[in-house]
Amino acid sequence: MSEFNGILTLTVFLPAIFALVILVARIRPISDTVIRWIAIAGSVATFILSLIVFISYDSEAGGVQMIDKADWLTAETLKSSYLLGVDGLSAPLVLLTGLLGMAATFASRSITHRIAEYFIWLLILESAVMGVFVSLDLLLFFIFFEFEVIPMYMLISIWGSGRPRYSAMKFVLFTLAGGALMFVAIFAVFLSESVGVMAMRSIPEIGIVGIPEMIAGTDLIAPASLVFAFFLAAFAVKLPIWPLHNWLPDAHTDAPTAVSVMLAGVLLKMAGYGLIRINIGFFRETNGFNVYDAAAPLAILAAFSVIYGAVITLRQTDLKRLIAYSSVSHMGFVMLGVAAIGGSPADTSQGGINGAALQMFTHGTITGLAFLLVGMVYDRTHTRHIPHLGGLWRQMPIIAIFFFIAGFASLGLPALSGFVSEIMIFLGTFTVWPWPTAVAAFGVVLAAGYILWMIQRTFFGPRPTPEGIPDDQFDKLTDAQPIDLIPVLVLTVPILLVGIWPKVIVDVFQSGIARILGL
Amino acid sequence: MTTEAYWALSPVIAMAVLSLLTISADAVLNERWKGGRRWGDKSWLVWIAAIGLLAPLFFTLNLWFGWIGESTADSVLFGSFTADRFTLFFQFLLIGATVAVVIASAQYLQQFSDSRGEFLGLTLFSATGMMLLVGASELITIYVALETTALPIVALAGLRRDGFAVEAGVKFLILSALSTAILLFGFVFLYGYTGATQLSDIAARIALLSTDSSVPFGSTAVLLSTILIIAGFGFKMAIAPWQMWVPDVYQGSPTPVAAFLSVASKASAFAVLMRLLYQLLGSGETSQDWQILFAVIAVISMTFGNLLALSQNNVKRILAYSTIAQAGYIMVGLAAISVNSASGSNSAGPQSVMYYLAGYAFTNLAVFLAYTTVIHRITDPDISGLNGLIRRSPFIAIMMVIGLLSLLGMPPTVGFMAKAVIFSTAVDQGLVWLAIVAVLNTVIAAYYYLRIVAAIIFAEPETDEKINPGINELASVAVAVAGAIALGIVPAYILDLVDRSITIL
Repeated sequence: MSEFNGILTLTVFLPAIFALVILVARIRPISDTVIRWIAIAGSVATFILSLIVFISYDSEAGGVQMIDKADWLTAETLKSSYLLGVDGLSAPLVLLTGLLGMAATFASRSITHRIAEYFIWLLILESAVMGVFVSLDLLLFFIFFEFEVIPMYMLISIWGSGRPRYSAMKFVLFTLAGGALMFVAIFAVFLSESVGVMAMRSIPEIGIVGIPEMIAGTDLIAPASLVFAFFLAAFAVKLPIWPLHNWLPDAHTDAPTAVSVMLAGVLLKMAGYGLIRINIGFFRETNGFNVYDAAAPLAILAAFSVIYGAVITLRQTDLKRLIAYSSVSHMGFVMLGVAAIGGSPADTSQGGINGAALQMFTHGTITGLAFLLVGMVYDRTHTRHIPHLGGLWRQMPIIAIFFFIAGFASLGLPALSGFVSEIMIFLGTFTVWPWPTAVAAFGVVLAAGYILWMIQRTFFGPRPTPEGIPDDQFDKLTDAQPIDLIPVLVLTVPILLVGIWPKVIVDVFQSGIARILGL
Repeated sequence: MTTEAYWALSPVIAMAVLSLLTISADAVLNERWKGGRRWGDKSWLVWIAAIGLLAPLFFTLNLWFGWIGESTADSVLFGSFTADRFTLFFQFLLIGATVAVVIASAQYLQQFSDSRGEFLGLTLFSATGMMLLVGASELITIYVALETTALPIVALAGLRRDGFAVEAGVKFLILSALSTAILLFGFVFLYGYTGATQLSDIAARIALLSTDSSVPFGSTAVLLSTILIIAGFGFKMAIAPWQMWVPDVYQGSPTPVAAFLSVASKASAFAVLMRLLYQLLGSGETSQDWQILFAVIAVISMTFGNLLALSQNNVKRILAYSTIAQAGYIMVGLAAISVNSASGSNSAGPQSVMYYLAGYAFTNLAVFLAYTTVIHRITDPDISGLNGLIRRSPFIAIMMVIGLLSLLGMPPTVGFMAKAVIFSTAVDQGLVWLAIVAVLNTVIAAYYYLRIVAAIIFAEPETDEKINPGINELASVAVAVAGAIALGIVPAYILDLVDRSITIL
């Protein structure tokens, strides 16, 4: 029985269609403004669609909704279908992608050369990420997961600063290496006796039995620990978790603002999504080795990653690098929440995993906002070197205010979204892994340190007068223009909304994760 | 000969006639003979050849669909040639590759205005040999077809007549002769052991003879001959450790010839090797013994090709090493002989190899033909020659980038899908380690493919002078790229076609 609603297919491919429109429109010379507006129209339309998907997802009913299914690959040893659908875990992430895709397009004002190509790649990137979150076929998921590398490579290489080629290649090689291992793991899962399906979860409505059910209690073709480790490797690179985080600061620092927003906002979330959907979802009842065996090391690794990332962040003097390293720390919380799966099914704390999912959403908006504002500061001052900055509050109060919001949300101030997700993770995971959680909680203290210190050095205090920089350098700085504020507000609203009324997102995540945990 | 035999050979005969026609038209319609410039510079010969290729194409399709004449899937000419669907599949692939190469090289050939006829005639002649080779089911026929394939390429490789070209021609000649000698040695063992030259007879007799389970393949004679045969074909397939000639020959020969070599020559060698192995040794427990042999060759070939490509600067040398690595990936599919498959399928190995070869043909032609259109308009044969190609010729640049990404194995191109299918057969056979080595190799390969992509897209061009390819060049490159994408996005049709073509089991 097949089913095709089309709304998800449209959501995934709409940005790519607009990219195609730009490509075709460019056959005749057209002005950059027109291209910009086409791209903005595309990303706004995608955002509206993603909002429709999120709102029309009925978390009371649960399960997979808005299914698109078509037969596709039929090789002897590899059978796969085009299967899209959203459940509680993916619906908020679809919204997040639409949100940040729109913010990124608006935030591309400082791009001035090769504009058409830039927006084509940016829109294709959005399509790829959207595809990752709605694919329920494992091979299709992998295809979107891999495909995102190409637009990122182009975007960082062409429009980046610093050492863009080096950073882009590093990003590609890290991601491909992780992806390559996942590729083998996918074969191993599919080809294991009695699996033979690619669906990432069961969809009883249309008679699809997913891998989690088929894999339960069977021996895999390769050792289950190896298969688990391969999936984990791909996601740990992407998340990133120490010691595989190395590519992230370079990629972030050298990428253009909008690309940093996408990278921190949604690309890292593909990994968290994969951890919950695959590493937890598939490996709960496998023979020989399951996710419960891995939970303790994951918790320790996560705690280490949180503290390591935070300590390194404290030492940064480049604004963008600082935010980038803070991502390592904050994504460590996601891993910590994932570790709340516990050492046995009885120990599992669903709250921790819910917190991890929520942390993905909140970190996406918060860090996206932070990168956006750093980009604005950089566009005006032409430096990101913190010792060269100071006293910016006087010239750009609006940017400063939003920077405070992003910063306070990031360090977990109550009433902002970061607090909700972090407290959920701590409360959930503490019952399972008290010591790693206690250690990781210090990450919040360190976060307060580096965020407040950064804000103080950048926005307050006297203006420094370093050697070689004229005194009047910052005299003519302007504050944010109304057009700049559109993406800022787009990201600020969910930060406040989730902070005050978390139920709107948490309930949806909860329904999806309960299903993955078999509750 | 019976009528059936004529029909079975009709595509090969048509191709041979076409090559003779082209070469005699070039020789007879000679400017001096007619006085004046009545025949022009004979650039129309390319179009004669391109249109003439419709004839073998028609005969191939005719045999597949059975429109006219008597077609048979049985062997003809005393078992020496079999026009089954497996043969037709590869003949179709070979004709397609030849058409693409001929059409795309029209402008390129202007630098060889005095030897255009030779280029076309020899290419078609080599293609004739390949079309015979893929259907040959008898040892002597295989040998003759192989020589027919190789000798024209010696002349083609040396066509440019400079130092590199002479080196390429001589190297190909000597190593080709050596490899054929090794192959013959293998055939001799096989003949001495079984007393037959037809594959079906040999298979029947091997099955009757007593096997010694302590020796791989059941007997020393079969073991020796298998190794020698693989070594002999290894040269044609350009797999390590028989790859020594590849970079030099690709660098020295005209780019269309390199394109032809990398696609047609490789595909035909894989076809005949598959037929030999599956027919002779495919049944019974001895077939397990290939597995480790091919797995080891695959690892050597892909690792070697990829690592050496990293340090190259000449585009054709990089592509040459890349084809060595690609052959290594295809070997993974040969290693997956389906005896203890987890999925219980018994045709997964050949299916994946044929799918990969079809996808590889489109992909590699896309890259090589795009490069053909560019290389004779720029002077620099290194990567730097491609700097900023996106501004000088956006269309060709995009096509070449898509081709390179397909070679690298990026979705949604066929390069990804074919790798997915072929590596999955390895896992299916329990060769998880082989799949891991293979996927890690694709990561190494990303570095050098992306170097070319980076030059095309990011680097500043030396001149802003536009490159304006002819419509024929654009069309052939576009068709190759379209195929590379279509086969990746909609794999079902080609997989179905491949399934119906696996008649060698």
